[in-house]
Amino acid sequence: MDAFLHQVLAGLATGGIYASVALALVMIYQATHLVNFAQGELAMFSTYIAWSLINAGMPYWGAFFLTVGFSFVLGVVIERVVIRPVENSPVLAVVVVFIALLVILNSITGWIYSYTIKTFPSPFPEQPLFGNKFMSSHEIGAIGVTLVVLLLLYAFFRFTPLGLAMRAAAQNPESSRLVGIRVGWMLALGWGLAAAIGSVAGMMVAPIVFLDPNMMGGVLLYAFAAALVGGIDNPAGAVFGGFLVGVLENVLGAFVIGNELKLAVALVLIIGVLTVRPSGFFGRVHVTRV
Amino acid sequence: MTMRKLAPFAVLMLIACVLPFAVSEYRTFQFTLVLVYAIALLGLNILTGFNGQISLGHGAFYAIGAYCAAILMDKYGVPYWATLPVAGAACLLVGFLFGLPALRLEGLYLALATFALGVSLPQLLKYHHLEAWTGGVQGITITKPDAPALFAELGLPLNQDQWLYFFTLAVALAMFALGANLLRGRIGRAMMAIRDNHVAAEAMGVNNAMVKSLTFGVSAMFTGIAGALGAIAVQFVAPDSFNIFLSITLLIGIVIGGLASISGAIYGALFIQFVPNIADEISKAAPWAIFGLFLLGFIYLMPGGFAGAVRMVFTRTGMAQLRRKRQNH
Repeated sequence: MDAFLHQVLAGLATGGIYASVALALVMIYQATHLVNFAQGELAMFSTYIAWSLINAGMPYWGAFFLTVGFSFVLGVVIERVVIRPVENSPVLAVVVVFIALLVILNSITGWIYSYTIKTFPSPFPEQPLFGNKFMSSHEIGAIGVTLVVLLLLYAFFRFTPLGLAMRAAAQNPESSRLVGIRVGWMLALGWGLAAAIGSVAGMMVAPIVFLDPNMMGGVLLYAFAAALVGGIDNPAGAVFGGFLVGVLENVLGAFVIGNELKLAVALVLIIGVLTVRPSGFFGRVHVTRV
Repeated sequence: MTMRKLAPFAVLMLIACVLPFAVSEYRTFQFTLVLVYAIALLGLNILTGFNGQISLGHGAFYAIGAYCAAILMDKYGVPYWATLPVAGAACLLVGFLFGLPALRLEGLYLALATFALGVSLPQLLKYHHLEAWTGGVQGITITKPDAPALFAELGLPLNQDQWLYFFTLAVALAMFALGANLLRGRIGRAMMAIRDNHVAAEAMGVNNAMVKSLTFGVSAMFTGIAGALGAIAVQFVAPDSFNIFLSITLLIGIVIGGLASISGAIYGALFIQFVPNIADEISKAAPWAIFGLFLLGFIYLMPGGFAGAVRMVFTRTGMAQLRRKRQNH
C-alpha cells in the first residue's frame, strides 16, 4: 500500500508539470485552434536560459522570474515573426512551421550548450517537508508552483480587462475587432503567456529529468495526452488531465506494464481519446457545417 | 510515355547506371540511401501530399520495415530480397489498421496521433519481452549481400555496394512505376478529390473511408519497403536510429522536394542525404538548424518545393518558346 501511495503522489508531482505544459498547449489552441508542436522545445530553451543565469551567479528566484519574463517576450516575438505569415495557410503549412521551430530550437540549444546532460538546481530544500516519507520537497514544491500558476491564470482571465479581451478575441475575432480589440496582438499575448507557462514547467521538470536538449520529448507527449483527456479547449480540464496522466503513467509504469513502456501509455491515451471521444472529458463537442 | 518525356528519363537512367562506376564505394552507398529515401518519401507523399493526411510518424513504418528485414535475415536466414515483400505486406497491414482510427482524425489531430507514434516507437522496440527478436537496445547486425555469381561470369564483377545500389535502383524503379500508375488512375484521382474537398468527393461516390485507410496502408507499404532496403544497406538496426527525428526528416524531404509531386521524392531524398553531410562539418547541431531554416524558407517562399520550382522554370521557358513561335508566324 505504501508503495502504491508513493507512486500516486509521485505521479501527482510529475502530473503537475504535464498540467502546466498542457495548459500552455490549451492557451494556444483556444486562441488559434492550433496545437503547438514546438511547445516542449520552447520550454527546454527557456530552461537553458535559466541555467545560464543561475550559473552566472544569480539567485534562483531572480533567475526564475527573469526567465519567465524572457520566455514571454520570446513567445510574442515568435508569434509575430514566424507564425503570423502562415496564420491563414492550410494546416499542413502550419504544422510544418511548428516542426521547423521545434528543430531549430533543439539544434540551437545543442549548438550553444552541447548535448551533454546537465544538472539543474531545485529551489526547494533537500530534506522532505514536514518529515513525511512519501514525497520529496521538490515534488510538493512543483505541485504548489503549478497550482499558483493556475490560480494566477484564472484570476487574469476572470478579473482583468486584458484577460476578458483575450477571451473575446479567441471566441469571436470578428466581433472583437468591431469593439476595438486588437485581435492580432491578443494572439501574440496568448503565445507569450503559453511560453511563460512552459518555461515554469521546464524549470520544474529539469531537476527530475536533468537538462538536455531532448528532455521535453516525453513531457510534451504526456502533455498532449493530458490536454486531450481534459478536452483541448478547456484549461481546467487540461490541468485535471495532467494530474490524471501523471498518476496513470506512474502507477501503470510501476505495477502493470513496467517502466519501459511508459510512453506507450501516452500513445494509447492519445489515440484512444481521439477516436472514442475527441472532445475529451470536459471539452466542447465540435460540429462542422458542410 | 511520350517521346518528350522519354528522353530526359533515358538520360537520367543512363546517369544512374554509370554512377556507381564513377564514384567511390562510400559514395555508391550514399546514393543507395538516396534511392531508399526516395521510396520512403514517395510513400509519405502519397499520404500527405496527394491525400492530405498529415503524418509526423512515418519513421515508425520505416522502422517496422527495417526490423522485418533484419529479423527475417538474422533469425530465420531468409535471403535479403525475400524480406522486401514481407516487410511491405507487414507495413501495408499495420498502416491500414492505423489508418482505421485515423479516419476519424482530421488535419491537426492526425498529426498529433502520428507524432505520438513516432515519439513512442523507440521505447516499444526496446521492450524486453520482444528482445528475443529485436535484440533490445543493441539492435541487430546483418551482413551485406554479395552480388550474384552470374555477373562475374558475364565479365561484370560488381562489389557489394555496387550490387546493392543496382538492386535498390531496380526496386525503386518498380515502386515509382507502381506509385505513378496508382496516382494517375481512378484511385489516385479519388485520393486528390478527398484532399481537396472530402464532402464533394463523398457526394461524387468516392468511398472516403476505404480510400483513406487504403492510402494509409499503401503509403506505409512504400515506406516499409524503403526501411527494409535501408536496413540491408546500413547492415544494422537499433531502436534509437528510428526516433522522432527520422519521421521529421521524412517530412522535411517531402516539403523540400515538393508536396504532391512524384519527382519531388528524388529531390527531397538528395537533400536529406547530402545536406547534413555538408553541414556536419560546421557543427554537430548545424544540419538540423539548416533543415529548420530551409523548412521555414520553403513554406514561406516556395511552397511547391524543388519540384514546383523546376516545373515553374519549364513552363516559363515553354511559354517563351511558344511566344517566339507565334511571333515568327
